[in-house]
Amino acid sequence: MSFINYAAREINCKIVYYGPGLCGKTTNLQYVYAKTNPDLKGKMISLATETERTLFFDFLPLALGEIRGFKTRFHLYTVPGQVFYDASRKLILKGVDGAVFVADSQPAREEANIESLENLQTNLVEHGLELSDLPWVMQYNKRDMPDAMPVEEMRKLLNPTGVPDFAACATSGEGVFETLKGVAKGVLSNLRKMGI
Amino acid sequence: MFESPFAMREKAFAAIQVIIDELVVETGARGILVIDRVGQLLSRTEKMEEFDTTSLASLAAGCVAATGGLARLLGEKDFPSHFHQGESGSLYINRVDERGILIVFFDRDSSLGLVRLRARKGSAALAHVFKESQKENEAKSSPEHSAFANITDEEIDNLFSD
Repeated sequence: MSFINYAAREINCKIVYYGPGLCGKTTNLQYVYAKTNPDLKGKMISLATETERTLFFDFLPLALGEIRGFKTRFHLYTVPGQVFYDASRKLILKGVDGAVFVADSQPAREEANIESLENLQTNLVEHGLELSDLPWVMQYNKRDMPDAMPVEEMRKLLNPTGVPDFAACATSGEGVFETLKGVAKGVLSNLRKMGI
Repeated sequence: MFESPFAMREKAFAAIQVIIDELVVETGARGILVIDRVGQLLSRTEKMEEFDTTSLASLAAGCVAATGGLARLLGEKDFPSHFHQGESGSLYINRVDERGILIVFFDRDSSLGLVRLRARKGSAALAHVFKESQKENEAKSSPEHSAFANITDEEIDNLFSD
């Protein structure tokens, strides 16, 4: 649920990075944080375990610029990917305006990708949403892995409806900003469609 | 169904500011924030400017969401207020309505009892402002009041130009 502040002429939107455990959601945010001009970002918050696994969420506020005199701000969140944190994932989806599904390109994670995507659909339903209602993009991460599945094969499996998709390597940053731009465009286009 | 955006106009912001400026005096608190359930900052009293209020808003919303989740697991509808006690500073968090959260940061110059009492009254006043604000937005939700209905693809693309 975006928040429009007519007094400060600001629009704030929430984007959630979703995906199976260790697929690189936090790494996406860390790369965005590292490469963004300090004037345009806030502090990155990570609620993680001692072993640096996401416990609740990561949070990164970003300013993108102005559109029609409104400052656009995006709040980026990740969910904890591990299966047993499902209650937390549901909470983080509250008020989501757009999503990035980060898929792990390793063949061993094929099943985990499918399960996580189905979990996203199930959890959206709890908020009265269908995945098709939501602006979302697909990221095929870890393209640098030697055994990475072909993108075309992953697309068939995970993206049959053809939402915008991006090949990425979050550790080197390849495809990270393209993915973010893709989802941000989807969110703004959706606001336009809603006649906000 | 996609949730419609939460919009607030100048009149509502001014009303919220009056309520929290009064509340901070009445409670003797160090500062007050009003945020929405998603974690967006709506308003703050002056002394809160020294803190990272964007992060505070996000974490407080997460905290309220997690506490609500705990309540539901225990068969309660919600735990609408909660209190975090520190060595010198404490937080009192109160759900305003379905959309808003009031956060009072106070120290030994105040007390939990006083904060709780005044925050209840403040929350009711804020809930009234939110309700009126929603009515105003519904009245203004026509294309001529729309900020984004006519934006072009080019304008969206320009946001991302390096």
